[in-house]
Amino acid sequence: MKISPADVHHVALLARLALTPEEEASMTTTLDAILTYVEKLNALDTSGVEPTAHIVDLETPWREDRVTSEPAAEALMANAPARDGNLFRVPKIIE
Amino acid sequence: MTPAPHDITIVEAAARLRAGSLTAEALTEAALARIAATDGTLGSFITVTADAARAAARAADRALRTGTAASPLAGIPVAVKDVIATAGVQTTAGSRILEGFVPPYDATVAARLKAAGAVIVGKANCDEFAMGSSNENSAYGPARNPWDPTRVPGGSSGGSATAVAGGQALASLGTDTGGSIRLPASYCGLVGMKPTYGRVSRYGVVAYASSLDQVGPFARTVRDCALVLGTIAGHDPRDSTSVDRPVPAFDAALAAGAAGLRIGVPREYFTDGMQPDVEGAVRAAVDTLAGAGAAVREVSLPHSEYAVACYYVLATAEASSNLARYDGVRYGIRRAGDEGLLAMYRKTRAAGFGAEVKRRIMLGTYALSAGYYDAYYLKAQKVRTLIRRDFDRAFADVDVLATPVAPTTAFRLGEKTADPLQMYLVDVFTNPASLAGLPAIVVPCGRDAAGLPIGLQIVGPPFGEEAVLRAAQAFEDATDWHRARPPELGGRA
Repeated sequence: MKISPADVHHVALLARLALTPEEEASMTTTLDAILTYVEKLNALDTSGVEPTAHIVDLETPWREDRVTSEPAAEALMANAPARDGNLFRVPKIIE
Repeated sequence: MTPAPHDITIVEAAARLRAGSLTAEALTEAALARIAATDGTLGSFITVTADAARAAARAADRALRTGTAASPLAGIPVAVKDVIATAGVQTTAGSRILEGFVPPYDATVAARLKAAGAVIVGKANCDEFAMGSSNENSAYGPARNPWDPTRVPGGSSGGSATAVAGGQALASLGTDTGGSIRLPASYCGLVGMKPTYGRVSRYGVVAYASSLDQVGPFARTVRDCALVLGTIAGHDPRDSTSVDRPVPAFDAALAAGAAGLRIGVPREYFTDGMQPDVEGAVRAAVDTLAGAGAAVREVSLPHSEYAVACYYVLATAEASSNLARYDGVRYGIRRAGDEGLLAMYRKTRAAGFGAEVKRRIMLGTYALSAGYYDAYYLKAQKVRTLIRRDFDRAFADVDVLATPVAPTTAFRLGEKTADPLQMYLVDVFTNPASLAGLPAIVVPCGRDAAGLPIGLQIVGPPFGEEAVLRAAQAFEDATDWHRARPPELGGRA
């Protein structure tokens, strides 16, 4: 097995996904099959090969730190599921 | 008489609009009527923007009458994939998690279409967050292939393809991360193009895999495709990955013809398990190009078989990061309760994301997690280098590559949904050019025994859109496949 149910449970927490026990079981099977397939990358000798992080040779473009547009706050808040004026309202963090 | 949208190209419509024998209003009404009559079956659209389209059409007619409509896209009905932000119009990315989300701004590509006077008739259906090869992963229902509605149109830009192939629009925008324009173009008998990475702005495009995503056109002809590409391409300061290179006049490249063009055919792309008539049609297409004067030779891209594995590590890793923003805080749906913030994130995402999206987030998160990053993500980045080098070596000797698009023609709805890996393997011929960031076009090149379209892929070197378009035009000039229509639009089976 490439991935265990405990791994899946842990990754689901990292990914902020609530999976049912049935989904975790099904996910374990499916991810195991995909990870087994992906193993074929290990057949390649990549020692000394530079990783490609980005396919085009680009340098980070820079600009002056100057405000050039000020969208109305209302436009940005309009899709808020819960708001308090121009603040997004969320449940409290429970330890 | 107003032509049906599938009976006229952008070039023809632009001429008639300027000659006064056609109005944008009439052409738009024809498109909207066609959508109303057929979209129950085709499922091309998540949102139809009839009123806005009519207003845009009237504006285009005014510009045409006063001679101020500079772009050939003025007054042309087009569809835009629902991962592309349109100000004031619902943009869902095919997901429940963004149901009702209305962007306050236009994506750059949408703004450029509007500035050209194009008439956006609606937001096209797609696999959720552009993840899929069949448009069966949309939370808003599947799109269906106009050539046979029991079959998929391909994905993830399925609705963008069915809108054009089904006669509902003259062109559309899709996105292509691992093949999501090229595959539907092949399955639906259209021209579809993924530009070089960085050629077209991604500002306002819902991100799936940021190092792979590109916006591109669907159209009926190579020239129409070049016109749309020319309209949306070019540097955008708002997209830090958009390249500051001048955009050539793509239509000028079309006339060069195939004489002297050097075409490479990668031997690794003709695999076991290919549908025989697909292989036959693609090889015949290469012969047609040879007959038109191209010099054809076999080449080798030895790392081709690793592209699917490489793609599904990198794309899912990038997706797991990009989709972290869908958390119920600022936009989209929310599933709160009284268990606090973390529970809200987990329940919101569980309720809002479909199964395939969850799978890819999980896979990507795992590949990036402590202890696994080197084995999976870093390894895949190195394999990406090897895949790119294969292409660089090939392009030292040839101008373009000619390949199949997919191992088969359009499969039936439900045929590949039981095994995600089977679905991923559909991308075998499209993933490589994505990983290498190369321009690639698909043109229709045949039909199988069941009458289903077969596509030919032409891949070029970085920023080599002109060579790709030249080859595609030469092929179109020598054949009639682009004139074919599905039986229900009056074509022969």
